[in-house]
Amino acid sequence: MKIAITSSNNNVSARFDKRFGRAEWICLYNDETRQIEFMKNRHTNLNNGAGTKTAEKMISLQVDRIISGDFGPKAKNLLDKFEIQVVVVRENNLTVEDIIQRIK
Amino acid sequence: MAYKIAVASGKGGTGKTSVSVNLYHYLAQQVSEKVQLVDCDVEEPDDILFFKEAQKEHEENFYQLIPEIDTGKCTFCSKCAEYCEFNAIVILPPAGFAEVNKRLCHSCGACLVACPEEAIHEKKEAIGTISCFRTAIGNGIVEGKLKIGSAMQSMLVKAAKKSISQQNDLVIYDAPPGTSCTVVQTVSDVDYVILVTEPTLFGLHDLKIMVDLVQELKKPYGVVINKTGFGCTLIHNYLATENIELLGEIPFLKEYASNYANGELFNHIPHAIENSFQAFITNIDRKILQYEGDNYFKW
Repeated sequence: MKIAITSSNNNVSARFDKRFGRAEWICLYNDETRQIEFMKNRHTNLNNGAGTKTAEKMISLQVDRIISGDFGPKAKNLLDKFEIQVVVVRENNLTVEDIIQRIK
Repeated sequence: MAYKIAVASGKGGTGKTSVSVNLYHYLAQQVSEKVQLVDCDVEEPDDILFFKEAQKEHEENFYQLIPEIDTGKCTFCSKCAEYCEFNAIVILPPAGFAEVNKRLCHSCGACLVACPEEAIHEKKEAIGTISCFRTAIGNGIVEGKLKIGSAMQSMLVKAAKKSISQQNDLVIYDAPPGTSCTVVQTVSDVDYVILVTEPTLFGLHDLKIMVDLVQELKKPYGVVINKTGFGCTLIHNYLATENIELLGEIPFLKEYASNYANGELFNHIPHAIENSFQAFITNIDRKILQYEGDNYFKW
């Protein structure tokens, strides 16, 4: 399964970014192959529609699950249409590594 | 051309509505009957509450045109999405998915131009209503009321302004609070801006932002201080240092505040309030006369 985790930087010790559309980086984790990949989020600084565009990207990457701090209604609706599971983690001060450990 | 005055504030709750409604009342009584009040605070219009005798003459829906993509004709080339400045279009070619997000769309029409397949058509979507009311004196009130959930405030403000009568000598725009797009839209075409503030730190802070805005828009303006009488000189000092005209001061009176809360601004007006409004109206009338003088031939 392909899992996306919002991240503030391009390595696993980076802080887990609780924003979805405005996250600087997206960590793509494959829980079967244990492969970790980081992707720069091109939509961070859009004036409008950052969430929608990031969701569009996630759908096109055929991600199965997204882990972030929260999802706006427009992004959530779009992800729902493609039955992508969204996971909300509300805790502060987590690293991307912490999240990966939990889902391993 | 009518002389257009906007009443704006930056901070909410300073008294834009009180000032606008009183301005309408006094101008209609003393300067010209041909005055119209436009409530541009489309998210929460309330001017009409103070005119219990008002009769609704006309109400119409205002529509925004939202593009719809016909996925039968669409080739998923994504040109429309590239054109869209507001990132409102989502195209997912493998899924055969093409959709416009209504909440993000600003109805600019760029996607229709972009589409090589003519797969995009516009559909009407109601964003609010424009109503015209007749009042006992004056040319009446125009009110824009945004539909809950719509984010097209500026579009509705523009539409409300277009619905005003051509027979006016004077038009008053009651602006929404803040300094955002809707306020810019309200103030953009006026001849004079009245900034309403209150003698508090918060009032001063937001007044400064509003002053920046009107200066950038190159609009002549003056300030009214509402709810004075607590000994705070913050605003006075600021106006003196910046050399900004003080148009009037309205004292805080509990009795008047309770009249306001009952929607009764024009009954039992306390003397102090009446006098301060008279002085303020005299100042405004002077602005109008100046404008008429400068535009004698156009007028």
